[in-house]
Amino acid sequence: MTNTQRTLGAAAVIPIVAVALVVIFPNQQAFLAQIAITALLVLSLDLVVGFAGLATLGHAAMYGAGAYAAALYSLHVWAEPLTGLVVGILAGGLVALVSALMLMRAHGLTFLMMTVAITQIIYEIVNKSRAVTGGDDGLYGIMMQPLFGRFEFDFYGRLAFWYAAVVLWLVFLLLRHIAASPFGLTARAVRDDGGRVSSLGGGIFAHRVALYTLSGGIAGLAGALSAQTVQVVGLNTLSVTYSAEILVMLVMGGTGRLWGALLGALVFMMIHHYAAEVDPVRWMLFIGAMLVMIVLFLPKGLFGGLEAAVNRLREGART
Amino acid sequence: MLSLIASILIDGISYGLVLFMVSVGLTVTLGLMRFVNLAHGTFAMVGGYAAATFVTALGLPYVLALILAAAVAGIIAFGLEIALVRRVYARPELDQVLLTIGLVFMGIALSGMIFGNSLVPIRLPEFLRGSTDLGFRSMPTQRFVPLVLGLLSLAGIWLLFERTRFGVKLRATVDNPRAAGELGINTRRVYAAAFAIGAALAGLGGVAGAELLPVEPYYPLKYLVLFLAVVAVGGPGNMAGSFVAAILLGTVETAGKYLAPEFATIALYALMLIVLSWRPEGLFQRSSKT
Repeated sequence: MTNTQRTLGAAAVIPIVAVALVVIFPNQQAFLAQIAITALLVLSLDLVVGFAGLATLGHAAMYGAGAYAAALYSLHVWAEPLTGLVVGILAGGLVALVSALMLMRAHGLTFLMMTVAITQIIYEIVNKSRAVTGGDDGLYGIMMQPLFGRFEFDFYGRLAFWYAAVVLWLVFLLLRHIAASPFGLTARAVRDDGGRVSSLGGGIFAHRVALYTLSGGIAGLAGALSAQTVQVVGLNTLSVTYSAEILVMLVMGGTGRLWGALLGALVFMMIHHYAAEVDPVRWMLFIGAMLVMIVLFLPKGLFGGLEAAVNRLREGART
Repeated sequence: MLSLIASILIDGISYGLVLFMVSVGLTVTLGLMRFVNLAHGTFAMVGGYAAATFVTALGLPYVLALILAAAVAGIIAFGLEIALVRRVYARPELDQVLLTIGLVFMGIALSGMIFGNSLVPIRLPEFLRGSTDLGFRSMPTQRFVPLVLGLLSLAGIWLLFERTRFGVKLRATVDNPRAAGELGINTRRVYAAAFAIGAALAGLGGVAGAELLPVEPYYPLKYLVLFLAVVAVGGPGNMAGSFVAAILLGTVETAGKYLAPEFATIALYALMLIVLSWRPEGLFQRSSKT
């Protein structure tokens, strides 16, 4: 396959999967929209965990910031969806930028603890600012204007799904481009051997801040999408528990690979949708056991495992 | 005013000692064995549940139940170390984080299935019930338990670490596992034992602190940050640092609860954030680091 074919093939995957999902689950489009939004969030997390190599339990801070900002914007300023997305990106990016200035000199456990501390502080501030944010009731009654002034958001989530899927698709293409750019390659070099990059003249700190801010902006975008399509924003969007949950999705799919993020979100959300309704306690047991198994037996995630299996088949066919 | 300060100090120190007992094992695994263990709180919870079961269902005396609970936590940790944990010592941090989060989730689910989702009280013996008059205020008598046990553990750990053969072996193993192994120290066994001792102390802390940190299925997740904060602020691997950090964080949160209950949590996290951005390696750096 030539490079162009590869790029075109990769670009076609999300639209094809989106159409297939709608055909298979025609009555569940609101849920499918949730999957697309979650996939976008996990994708942004992959920039920090997979590309920068930093384990974080605070990614929800940027997601929640985007969600609250977009909700407040549509309630008090203008209920137009696309500018709302921009507000979400700016909010998530701003939170990421400010925290990156504190975070990016730390690594390992210190980094992990600081992401938790920042998320908890934001959570508590939002919780206490009842007048603006509704405290633990959250914000509700978010009514969006029609998209492009024409397409109404419907009760069944049809528009919501396509809206979220297109945004996910565009961001995915953008990230694929960035991952192959000098910036993306340097990011991975910083992860693998920071010392060498800095002795070659690369600015590690500036690079990490930029990457974290980009990731935060995308997380904020996912938050804004969620606020606009679910029309409710609650405190759980800001919690450390939610941060842990999306980390689980990413690892299930495979870190450091954009495909892994998408696959992880899809599989996790599907299992969750059908299993958690049965019994939430057993669901936790299942997720826990799943994590232990993946770490021990499938360190590259589902996507890595799949890839290895395909390669083995190919080799088998060749000999 | 003075009595308010005294109150804050007494409650803060007894809270801090609970934090110290639970976290000291974590500082060994995290700082010395370089294993990021987010499941440490699970052992404190196991201790709490075990003690409650021994006292309520089997009718054992409180002090015996306390010792047995610590033993149960230690034995479970020993089994986990051999079955799972030692496989990921050499793996990247992220894998360790994920494995132990998986263990936390499983612990929450299992304890919810076995003991239900409500708080489980540990019935106290006669001599610990009621309150003691301190002159300026009265204090629940059971709050002396963490005070006494915390100081005892501090002394015990110091003796174990500095004055026994096991302490020598552990220090040798963490400083240079290869050289220690070549000198005939069974490093795998030393690690497993250190892991189990830390868990047993956490179990003890879980029982002693049951009044302040009630035993429930979500215990390991709810207080995870608190325990990690003690280690991070004190400097991973530094037991004296953990002690100071535990007392400091315990007192700050208690003071927050007395003076501005709305903002106690924010104060705690802000303190942690400030300390860590100022000194990423914790307040007290360990000097002999290889």
